[in-house]
Amino acid sequence: MANELRGGNGQEVERTGGELILQVEGLKKYYPVRGGVLGGKIGDVRAVDGVSFTMKRGETLGLVGESGCGKSTLGRTVMRLEDPTDGRVLFEGQDLATASRQEVFQVRREIQMIFQDPYSSLNPRMTVGEIVREPLVVHRLGTREEQLERVRHLFEVVGLEGRMIHRYPHEFSGGQRQRIGVARALALDPQLVIADEPVSALDVSVQSQVLNLLAGLQRELGLTYLFISHDLSVVEYISDSIAIMYLGRIVEKGPVRRVFDMPTHPYTRGLLKAIPQPDPRKRRDAVPLTGEAPSPVSPPPGCPFHPRCPFAVPECREAMPPLDLVQGSSEVPGEEHLAACIRKDEI
Amino acid sequence: MTGGGRGPAPAGDAAAENTLTRPPEPDVALLEIDNLQVGFDTEDGLLRAVDGVSCQVDGGRTLGVVGESGCGKSVTASSILRLVPSPPGRMLGGEIRFDGTDILSLPREELGRIRGREIAMIFQDPMTSLNPVFTVEKQMGEVLRLRFDLTGEPARARAAEMLSTVGIADARSRLSSYPHELSGGMKQRVMIAMALLSEPRLLIADEPTTALDVTIQAQILHLIREMQAETGAAVLFITHDMGVVAEMCDEVAVMYAGRVVEQAGVIEIYERPRHPYTKGLLMSVPRKGQTKDRALPTIEGVVPSLLEPPKGCRFADRCWHRKRLGEADRARCVDEDPALRSLEGGRVACHFPLKGDETPPVEPPPGAGLSDPVTSDGPPPGTGVE
Ligand SMILES: Nc1ncnc2c1ncn2[C@@H]1O[C@H](COP(=O)(O)OP(=O)(O)OP(=O)(O)O)[C@@H](O)[C@H]1O
Ligand code: SF4
Ligand SMILES: [Mg+2]
Repeated sequence: MANELRGGNGQEVERTGGELILQVEGLKKYYPVRGGVLGGKIGDVRAVDGVSFTMKRGETLGLVGESGCGKSTLGRTVMRLEDPTDGRVLFEGQDLATASRQEVFQVRREIQMIFQDPYSSLNPRMTVGEIVREPLVVHRLGTREEQLERVRHLFEVVGLEGRMIHRYPHEFSGGQRQRIGVARALALDPQLVIADEPVSALDVSVQSQVLNLLAGLQRELGLTYLFISHDLSVVEYISDSIAIMYLGRIVEKGPVRRVFDMPTHPYTRGLLKAIPQPDPRKRRDAVPLTGEAPSPVSPPPGCPFHPRCPFAVPECREAMPPLDLVQGSSEVPGEEHLAACIRKDEI
Repeated sequence: MTGGGRGPAPAGDAAAENTLTRPPEPDVALLEIDNLQVGFDTEDGLLRAVDGVSCQVDGGRTLGVVGESGCGKSVTASSILRLVPSPPGRMLGGEIRFDGTDILSLPREELGRIRGREIAMIFQDPMTSLNPVFTVEKQMGEVLRLRFDLTGEPARARAAEMLSTVGIADARSRLSSYPHELSGGMKQRVMIAMALLSEPRLLIADEPTTALDVTIQAQILHLIREMQAETGAAVLFITHDMGVVAEMCDEVAVMYAGRVVEQAGVIEIYERPRHPYTKGLLMSVPRKGQTKDRALPTIEGVVPSLLEPPKGCRFADRCWHRKRLGEADRARCVDEDPALRSLEGGRVACHFPLKGDETPPVEPPPGAGLSDPVTSDGPPPGTGVE
């Protein structure tokens, strides 16, 4: 027996801003490092190492950081594509970290993912219509006719013609493929969409089309986005809040305008200064940050950023600084400006 | 950069002759690409990847080459060192002159002498230049031997010095590493160190920082600028990042579908783009402080096929400027191929260059354009099925 496709007539929670949709607490994801003669475990890659944050319904949280800092693992662990090593992921109050397979399956209707590479994330042997319909089939929603109707509708929503559903992925451009990925993610009418570098593989002229699409869909459907990207200009444009990760940890989080105008953590300061501005009259001459991030297998003790930090003092090596309110920050849940640096209010 | 310009002491006369500090000949650019045409034989016919590209770079200057994926940037760059694989690649015409010498008709041996001595190239993927089976020292030593006849301890010292210049800690011990023992950022630095070691007169950099994080990118860009300031090398810098172009380049060539559609000084390109494609490209990047309440301008449509390029302007079917022209002018865009012609300091290939105040259209504000009965009327979003 097929489930019903969701009608949406008031049976859903109001999708307006305000309450928290996601609360992540102390989340950890370690991968074992094997080696030695016996191939035993010799250590851990601490991909996500104690991450806590909240998201408000209807907002976009931009998650930024350098390659290997754990952004994608965090996104995948929130979705329970990976089992967390420790911590809690509360989605509308339900803890996904300990949820059963059946419960996780149900929650998948509410949390969907858009991937970076529009070339490899679509199955080349399925028509794009089948690709978009697949989640409906897996979740047994509606009759075949209803599903096809929904697929055509989704195509229009993302700006593709409904008659294209019989074509194959290779017949589409990068931007069109990314739209197909968006349509698929929307098939189950999710509340939270985790977008992992959704525009990074696209040319800038196409990138702006996809950004407009995502912003428009959010406005129309009240979606909440966790937007993972290494591109700070894109994140600044699309996000309401921003979280900056370094070596498996969030080192700063806050409303996007505030963080861009008043970056507090020394890593955020360096990162923002390192973005080349599309204005030839504003060239930098100094290098904002030297060195590179150390390996997450043996992160430095204390603040993980201290070896590169221009403000480091001996105390920085002693303990991991907590993510705390920055002076002058709002205290409304979800709107706080937080930074993990013992010198945050003096530098 | 420490020691970049002075050259290693034991270098012989040949090396001294080759040093970079030699001023460029007046009126002749160090590198001149003239109507370059490169094709690839494919199952579907001849693909004209580069179809009449012309540009030039002077010593001490940086030319940025931008444009969307597949427009021919890398093929143009590889042609300079004749690195285009053949078959399927074929030179179909044009000239490339380096310091007055026609590279395309140079005998192999002479080309080999220029490669790695006078012209160095760095790529997005460092493994294009690094050999996985040799240590860093062996590979850097080879550059020094070829270029300056430098071997033994002096070569080792010079290599270690260059490694620390590019920001590799503990350079001496890194010399004995194999490429796979290095992180991505480190491999990139090693490749750049090798390119800088040879003190080229022309450095070709094909997306050298695209795979790197912004903080590392900033370091690498800084290095390239320092090397250039010290040696006076010309740099051909290929990127799709308009921020990097603004930061690095003196001149910019904008490519579209196998052609250069505009070339001008960097300030002119950013402040007064003349080609509708250039302006669209610049405006589709989110600016500092811009938020999602205002949609970004876009360039609708896709690039034309290089198998059968349109006979008129290649940008015509996507051109927002053309849509605002009268009927006769619109027809001209489709019928007549616009030549790259000089215009107030720059060059542009457009029949109707922008005057300045025209801006590409912005679609209706996000959310308003989803022409769909289900989402825009009555029933809440996502209903899909009634
Ligand atoms: N070895 C090859 N065989 C066939 N076609 C090729 C080959 N190399 C390049 N091409 C084609 O030539 C055209 C230009 O490619 P090129 O690599 O120069 O683009 P590009 O501007 O560097 O793009 P990108 O920004 O993606 O690096 C493309 O259509 C490409 O598919
Ligand atoms: S020639 Fe015509 S179509 Fe081509 S860029 Fe100029 S205005 Fe647009
Ligand atoms: Mg290329």
